Formats: sequence, structure tokens, C-alpha cells
Amino acid sequence: MNSVAAVPVTSGRASASRTPWLLSAPAFTLFACLLLVPLALTAVLSFQVFDHATGVKNSFTLAHYAAVLTDDYYHGIFWRTLWISALTTLICIIVGAPEAYVLSRMRAPWRSILLLVVLAPLLVSVVVRAFGWSMLLGPEGVVNQAMRAVGLPSMRILYTEAAVVIALVHVMLPFMVIPVWTSLQKLDPGVEDAALSLQASHFTTLRRIIFPQVLPGILSGSLIVFGLSASAFAIPGLLGGRRLKMVATVVYDEYLHELNWPLGAAIALTLLLANLAIMLSYNRVLERSYKKSLG
Amino acid sequence: MSKNGPLALLFNALVITFMLAPLVIVCVVAFTPGNTLAIPTTEFSLRWFRAVFAHSDFVQSFKNSLWLASISATLATLLAVPAGLAIARHSFPGRDFLNGLFLSPLIIPHLVLGVALLRTFSLIGATGSFFWLALAHVVIITPYVLRLVLASVEGSDRSAEQAALSLGASQATVFTRVTLPMILPGVTGGWLLAFINSFDEVTMSIFVTAPSTVTLPVRMYMYATESIDPLMAAVSALMVALTAVAMLVLDRIYGLDKILVGHK
Amino acid sequence: MSFLTLANVNKSYGATRAVADMNLSVEKGEFVSLLGPSGCGKTTTLQMIAGFCEVTSGQVTLDGRDITHAKPNSRGLGIVFQSYALFPHMSVYDNVSFGLEMRRVPKEERAERVKAALALVHLEAHAGRYPRELSGGQRQRVALARALVISPPVLLLDEPLSNLDAKLREEMQFELRQIQRKVGTTTVMVTHDQTEAMSISDRVVVMEAGRVTQIDEPHRLYEHPQTRFISSFVGKANLLEGRVMATGPWATVNVGGNVPLEVQAPGVSEGDAVVLSLRPEKIRLVPEAQGRIGGTVHERFFLGSQWLYQVSTAAGKLAVVCPNDGTAPAEEGSNVGLDWTAQQVRLLPGALGVPA
Repeated sequence: MNSVAAVPVTSGRASASRTPWLLSAPAFTLFACLLLVPLALTAVLSFQVFDHATGVKNSFTLAHYAAVLTDDYYHGIFWRTLWISALTTLICIIVGAPEAYVLSRMRAPWRSILLLVVLAPLLVSVVVRAFGWSMLLGPEGVVNQAMRAVGLPSMRILYTEAAVVIALVHVMLPFMVIPVWTSLQKLDPGVEDAALSLQASHFTTLRRIIFPQVLPGILSGSLIVFGLSASAFAIPGLLGGRRLKMVATVVYDEYLHELNWPLGAAIALTLLLANLAIMLSYNRVLERSYKKSLG
Repeated sequence: MSKNGPLALLFNALVITFMLAPLVIVCVVAFTPGNTLAIPTTEFSLRWFRAVFAHSDFVQSFKNSLWLASISATLATLLAVPAGLAIARHSFPGRDFLNGLFLSPLIIPHLVLGVALLRTFSLIGATGSFFWLALAHVVIITPYVLRLVLASVEGSDRSAEQAALSLGASQATVFTRVTLPMILPGVTGGWLLAFINSFDEVTMSIFVTAPSTVTLPVRMYMYATESIDPLMAAVSALMVALTAVAMLVLDRIYGLDKILVGHK
Repeated sequence: MSFLTLANVNKSYGATRAVADMNLSVEKGEFVSLLGPSGCGKTTTLQMIAGFCEVTSGQVTLDGRDITHAKPNSRGLGIVFQSYALFPHMSVYDNVSFGLEMRRVPKEERAERVKAALALVHLEAHAGRYPRELSGGQRQRVALARALVISPPVLLLDEPLSNLDAKLREEMQFELRQIQRKVGTTTVMVTHDQTEAMSISDRVVVMEAGRVTQIDEPHRLYEHPQTRFISSFVGKANLLEGRVMATGPWATVNVGGNVPLEVQAPGVSEGDAVVLSLRPEKIRLVPEAQGRIGGTVHERFFLGSQWLYQVSTAAGKLAVVCPNDGTAPAEEGSNVGLDWTAQQVRLLPGALGVPA
């Protein structure tokens, strides 16, 4: 899945006609009603007062945001979410980028088949994948059984941060492989040959020729992975257990258990804004690195 | 293309194993005859699959998901095809905005969407409505259809449409006889991809479903947080099988690699 | 009375004028080419005739009817696009019959006419095939059949031969002309290839930077180009700059320093700076002493049916083309004489070749 792509340049004639508006009207109506309006309503909700006895009131307060920003509990949650997402992103880069490279150097038909094997899990529901990992990482799971078989003591993996990270990496890896793969496809194979003909070692070619051109793919993949990891719900829910909360599961608690919708809304919107802020600043870094290398 | 060394191939094998492990384990454990999650070694049984079909909640949720995904995918396609034509073929003020808007559900966390729609639905009294749930799914899956429609429209030969016009065809005829057949793989591939994504969706759905409209992934999530038994494995195995079939069809229509990686 | 007329047609994109003050009258049955380099406005002109491009100002008239703002699906013209624009999901037969379907021609008549059109382009055997199964040349013929089967008043061809390889292009040029003569359809063709334009057109319209610079029969265009640009765009020319020394029905011009050449130029005055044009094929190689000027063969190229010589002379480097008639060619480095018939030297109108 690619990141939101820039609008492709077309040779369409400039239209003063109403046709494009009419054609996009149905979709726009739906999105306005079920995307823009709900987001706005949620923003408003996040400022509303909540009373445990009577529910959401019509007066406004900054208390929820204050709680999110100052309460240690929420600090902990956000911090945990942040470092888990960052670790997941890092692992995805270390594993995903080389994997994409290795795949790109394979011969057909292995190339397509294995690429599909790596990417196809995207089409399986995250619940299934998380459940699969809970079976693998549980105290009686495959991993621990294997460890006992070779004489190592069994480890507690399930319901720790490690399990969440492992499962997140599994879900996010395709999102890193795709942009890196796309970058590699755009490389002119002649460039690599040219470097080798000029007697560069394979490693040097990788480091100085290929990697810089693949960097934009890695960066855009990191953005996607980080954003999706930070807002992940099913994986921390199923593999983190009751004690290991991340932002998404906390929001769920506030909404469905505490019924404190304004607080939940505040947390969710803080996550959204944090996401957007990171994306925008990363995008700027991307643009600058593009400008330098591609002029 | 230069070959990979043994180290690279080993690395690749590990990654492949890693990617397949949870899916394989789920399918294997589903055949266990026992009551606990264990890998069947000597005996294989279908008892848990039978249990799934006997479990009325799961059966109902499966039907919900199937209907929901079909209706949402269809609606999303009906919206995305004209929007895609507008964006790809015309340059008009607001084109970039609309393109960004329609693709934005890809970067807005489903959590935030779920929370926002829950609030909206409660305000308009739409909680528990299958119709509104479907519309919520349409918002989430439209980007998938739109991307494929855009790619198809851009890849199609505009001059063929001009030729049809010059031969006297009306705009409507040009669309039905020339444009649509040319972009059909993208449209049907988009429908199927949207279907899969709607069927799989859990994070937003968990906030927006009501007891009468619980979808299969939500049902599975709720079940998994309470009890862990091979029933869950059997349902998961069925879902994996369903996804595999969908992927085969998708590959036939459009090309799975093109869909997953995006166009060159 | 002309059949297709463009009167003061202009096309502007904002501040840029793609086509300026275009005036063209095409007679019924005529084959006219719009010739020019890319960006000269020829394709834009064709698109305005077809209705795919809005006319900024001016009028397009077809058989007395004003079609300036008519929709492209109401003009009834036959168009062959550069990429052929065949419907990829329809067979050859369905492609060709599409226009007839739109005109609600009954099935039997349609079948007859499609058969006739395919026979015209020698593709009857391929009626059931699909575009992706055809070669480039075959696709081009299908496009032509599709455009002609509707018996259009005007046939528009947008660089129809540019996607074909050289040999095929030559063959198709003549076939195109044959078919056009047979059917008698008024035709407007856009091309950047001057041999193509000259070999099959009744008249050639040369365009440069949005304007028409000359409209003429091919032979006249070649022998009497009006501008410096045309003389080197259409065919090759030796361009010699010089100053008029003596006037009269025959003027003497000093070129390249001090070489006097005679040219038919009644209108010039003494001292004028002018440009002379002499085509390479008009120059003959003769023994050194017998030529109008002498020179040394600097380089020679073998072109199969011709020899191309670059000869250094006092008047500058001149290109000379001689037919490969079997006699021994001149060696590089040898001294030769250059001769030509005096009338073959042309004066380009206006000072330094700017159109008069």
C-alpha cells in the first residue's frame, strides 16, 4: 500500500465545465458527511465537560487535554506507544529494506512469488494475524516449545511489549517493503553496472549508489509504519493484555468502559495531531533530501 | 540480474518464515482434535470447523460481514469511478484537494475514524443501523478503489475516446462502450480489494458496530479477549482460506502484484 | 468555392498564441498537408478542425456549414489518430463498424460497408482479430478503414506514418495516396516529415511558430521556398550570404568574401545584404578548371543511390549531391570544379531570408 500519492500530472484539458464537479459530488458528499463532519464533531466533543454521573455536558473545558498532557498515566501511555512504534519502524527498516533488495535481485518466477508471500498477509485481517502470534508466543506456544526442546528456559513473551513489537513488525513489514521495492524498480540497472565497471566493490556500490536512491522509499515507508503502529488497536489489545496499554486501547477503554467520550476524543485527536505533525516534518525532510539528490 | 549469495538467501528464508508463521500455525491448529491450542501431530479433526458452523453468533457475524463488504464495496465503486474520472481527466480548482480528501482515510487512523463516527452516529440516532455502518465502511475502502480506478484511467488511451466521439458517439455511449471496458480490470480489481478490506476491518468497526451488526473480525476480537480455544483457530483458518480465494480471483482480474505494489 | 475553410483562426492558451491568423481553403477532393516542426501549431489546427480544441477566434466552415463550435461527435469527420486509437477490447470488424453503429446503419448494410472498407486496406482476412494481435502497419490500416467507412466529408490524418519504420512508411505513403484518390475524400494531413508531405499532397501548408509561412504545390515549394527556414526545412540547401555588387535582371552578388555569383533578382539594389540558396543536387562536379568555382572535396558520404560531398570552396563549404550512376566518385582531398545552371540559384525574399 503506497502512501497518499501526489495527484498525477495528466494531459486533461482545463475544464471550466461542471462535469468534474458533478462527477465527484457523490463521493464528496459522503466524505463531507462521514469524514469531515465527524472529525469536527469529535474536536468539539473533546472540549466538552464530562460528568461521571450525568454524562456529556454542554459546557466546555480544556481539562481533558490538560489531563492528557500533564497526567503521568497518559504520559506513560504515549511514551510507550512512541517507543514501541519507533522500535517497530527501526526493525522494519533493518529487515524490510534488505529483504526488498534481496527480492529484487531474484530471478523470475521466484521474485514475484516470494514478493507476494511477503505482501499477501496484508489482505488477511489483523485479528487473525494477532491471534496467530498469540499462539506462537504464548507460554505453551511454538516458540517456547522450541526453546524447551533445545534446553533453554521458556520465556514470557506474550503480554509483554516484545510480543506487541513482534506482531507489529509482522503487520507493518509489507508497508516498508512496498515503497523500497518501488524505489528499487525505478533504479536504472545500468547505474549499478557502471559503478561495478569502474571497479567499485559490491558493498561500496550498495552504500554509495543504491542506498541514497532508495532512501526516499525508506523514509516514506517509515512514515507509514510509524503512523500505523502508533494507532494500532487489535495487536496491543490481543497481545498486550490488560496491563499493557497503548493509545488506541486507552481510547477504547474511555469510550466503551468509562463512557468518558470527551476524554477519549481528546486522546484520539492528540494522537492524530501528533501523527500529522510527525508526517509533515518528515515530509519536509524528504523534500529536502529529494531536492539535493534530484535537483 | 546478479544472484544473491547464500547469506542473502538465508535471510530471505527467515523473513518468509516469519511472514507465514502466524498464518500457518492458525491453519494447522484448527485441525486439532483436543480442547486446547496444540499442534495436531497424530490426529486431525474437523470438529472445530463444525463447531464454528454451529456457533450461531459466528455464523451471523460472517453473514453480516459478507453483506456489509459486498454492499460497501459496490457503493464505494459507484462513487469512486466517477470521482476517479473527474480527477484523472480534468484539471479544475479543487482537484488536488478532492484527491487528497478521498485518499485521506489511508492516513487517518481507523481509531480516530471509529471514535468520530461513533459520536456522529449517536447524535443522529444511527447506532445499530446496518446502512450507516456500511457508509462508514465505504469511507474507509473508497481509497482502494479510487487508486486503482485512477491508475486504470491514466493508463487508458484517451484518443480512443476521442475516436469514438469523432465517429458520432454521445458522451454516455463513449463511457459505456469505450471507457468502461478499458478500465474494467481496475474497477473490478478495486471492488474486490475494497471488499477484502471491508471484510477484514476491525479497529473502526469495533467502535461503530452494535450487537445486531457485529462483523466477523469484531466477533473474533471479542471472543479472543475472553477465551482462547481452537474455535478461534478454526474461524481464523476459514478467514485465511477465504482471503486466499479472493487473492486468486484478484490475481486473475488484475494482477495481485500490481495491486499490492502499485503501478510502475 | 472551397470545401473546408479556416478563416482567421486563432488559438491562444493564456498569453501564448499556438495558432495565429490561420487562413486556409481546401478544395473538394484535395489532399493538403500541414507541414512544420514540433510546436508549430499544425496539430492544434487539426484538433480545431476536429473539434477537440476550442477555437479562440475565427471560423471553420465545412461545405458551407459553420462548424467552429460544433461538438466533435456532430461533425462527422473521419480521423486517423497518431496512435491509431483503436478500441482495444473490440475486434477489427467491430472497430470499423463502430461509426456505422452510431449512425444507426442497419446490420446488413453495415456488414457490406465494413467488408468494402477492409478490402480497401487489404485487411479482409483479419476482421476477427484484435488490435493487440496486429502489427503497427495493420493497426494503421484498421484506423484508416474505420475513418473511411463512414464516408466522411473530410479525412483528418494526424502524423499517420510517424510510428512506422522507414520501409513501411515509404510503402504506406503511396498506398495512402492511392486510397485517397480512389475514394476521392478531401484530406488534411499533419506531418513533420517533408518527404511525406511533398510526395503525396496536392498542396503543402508550411507552418512555423503558429503561423502559415507558405502554401504551395510541392514542386513549387521545393524550388521556390519563400523563407530561409523553409529552404532548409524542405530539402537541403546551401545558404550563401553576400552583398549585391551589380543590379539588373541578373544581379551579381559577392558571397563568402569575394566570390561573385549571378542570380535572377530584378528587385534588389546595390549594396543590399542578401541570402542565396542553391540546392546540392543542382550542382555538378566537373574537372577543376571548368567549374564556376573550384574547391576541394573535404568529406564524402555514400547514400546508396547518391553520393554526398562536402566541398570546401572560396564561397564556404558547399554540399553537393551526385547520383550514383556507376562512374567513379571523387576522392576525398581531390580538387574539383563545381558547375550549375545559373537559374538554379535562388534569392531568398527579403534581407537575410525574412519573408517579404
